[in-house]
Amino acid sequence: METPRIDVAYIAELAKLELSDEERARYTRDLEQVLAYVAQLEKWDTQDVPPMCHPLEVYDALREDVPGQSLSNEAALANAPQQADGQFRVPKVVESAH
Amino acid sequence: MFTKTSLTALREKLVKREITPAELTQEYARRMEELNPALNALISWDTESALQAAARADLSLPLGGLPIGIKDNICCRGERARCASRMLENFVAPYDATAVAKLRAAGAIPFGRANMDEFAMGSAGENSAFGATRNPADESRVPGGSSSGSAAAVAAGIIPAALGSDTGGSVRQPASHCGVVGLKSTYGRISRYGLVAFASSLDQIGTLTTCVEDAALLLQFLSGHDAMDSTSSLQAVPDFSAELHGGVRGMRIGLPKEYVSSGNAPEVQNALNAAVAALEAQGAEICEISLPHAEAAVASYYIIACAEASSNLARYDGVRYGYRASETSSAPGDVYARSRTQGFGEEVKRRIILGTYVLSGGYYDAYYTRAQKVRALVAQDFARAFEGGVQLILGPVAPTPAPKLEAKDMTPLQIYLADIYTVPANLAGLPAISVPTPQSGLPVGVQLLAPHFEEARLLRGAAVLEQSWK
Repeated sequence: METPRIDVAYIAELAKLELSDEERARYTRDLEQVLAYVAQLEKWDTQDVPPMCHPLEVYDALREDVPGQSLSNEAALANAPQQADGQFRVPKVVESAH
Repeated sequence: MFTKTSLTALREKLVKREITPAELTQEYARRMEELNPALNALISWDTESALQAAARADLSLPLGGLPIGIKDNICCRGERARCASRMLENFVAPYDATAVAKLRAAGAIPFGRANMDEFAMGSAGENSAFGATRNPADESRVPGGSSSGSAAAVAAGIIPAALGSDTGGSVRQPASHCGVVGLKSTYGRISRYGLVAFASSLDQIGTLTTCVEDAALLLQFLSGHDAMDSTSSLQAVPDFSAELHGGVRGMRIGLPKEYVSSGNAPEVQNALNAAVAALEAQGAEICEISLPHAEAAVASYYIIACAEASSNLARYDGVRYGYRASETSSAPGDVYARSRTQGFGEEVKRRIILGTYVLSGGYYDAYYTRAQKVRALVAQDFARAFEGGVQLILGPVAPTPAPKLEAKDMTPLQIYLADIYTVPANLAGLPAISVPTPQSGLPVGVQLLAPHFEEARLLRGAAVLEQSWK
């Protein structure tokens, strides 16, 4: 696999991170080096190997659906940077009605 | 007076009333006040509540009155859990992690929040928003990471034992660098509920202790299925201490030829040779084995770990908890991006970007799927070795002893490559332990690995090493 030139600015946008020019240059250099290294994964024959997403096979892991104690409204909001009326406060996302 | 005293020995003192739980906690608090300023192993603590808990300690419980340090990414109700990140600077845990609840139920007293690499991303302890931890064996050196504070605190006798977390060696590698015992159990053995997620298919809570017996003791209380973690195992929990001193006579122990590398520092090679000699002297047969995909582990690991991290850390958006940047425009995206930009440190951003990249359109199969397939090959190597008749596998923990602080000439890739001997256990989900070896200079550990859920056998092998060198 050819190591593509990584478009760090675009990736950072997807990840909701703002980078300075200096950071963009540094991460580009670091990540291209890492990607060049991981290109070695190409050399192993993986054609008939199923991807492993978990170390142990787990089936039917859902617990019984019984009501239990969960966090109170107050406890759930205790770490919120901004709250109002018992809810998380987020930046306004819709225009005001005229 | 208690430097590196085992939990078992402390328990005996408590039960014989040679010391009260409050005096014991007081003594550790005193050592912490004395030694922590130079080491920066603990980043917050609440001596008052610990003393209150000690006053109520129930000595009829198996861990009654014993203080245990907790890595800063494991939740203790009412205490800060900052993951050594500015992002969680004001976060107070609203509940106990299951591991912490189980320790409390056994009578232990959580004491102190241990420093770490931010969000467990690092192997030197230097990626902490609250400053680097120093190695008690040599303060000009790093303690390893990411469970840097847990390992340093136990090595310095600031606390008798600590919880850490191990995603790619974060318990075992600092244990090796600081000269303590570091145990990572089988994936699923210990509930991850209340452990702040880094890479969910790799993360496992582990222990840092002064001896193998304490590792067995803590594992006993930490293990077991938890309805709050669907990946926690239903496997029965055996008595880990019952066969601890059963020895290794007649056991076949594999030494992977790929792990006897010219890249290992002489001290590491000597430690490995000493382990081979000790195990053989106790009647084990050491046989050369091969793990053909050993060299692929680091590449597979960093793709998978960063991909999972980029997904897990998407939750930090400055809304429900965590750092929130001030609003300068009305677009919510701006607040999310600015909060993340200001809240996360350099290495966390680097890994989020790498993870986002390998999951992005056009690259997913080439990197992420391929890394998962290679992960299967790495796991198969171990399965074949164990099927082939070895009961344990011996190897190094890290290629070198602890490096100097602020070694700025290392690239991220060079730092990642030093994880070669620890990440395979996480990829395959195997239990593994780091045991200190006798050294005249810096501490160096050796590693044992066992098949899934064979921690009892793992601890037995580790106990033989420890006994040989007493």
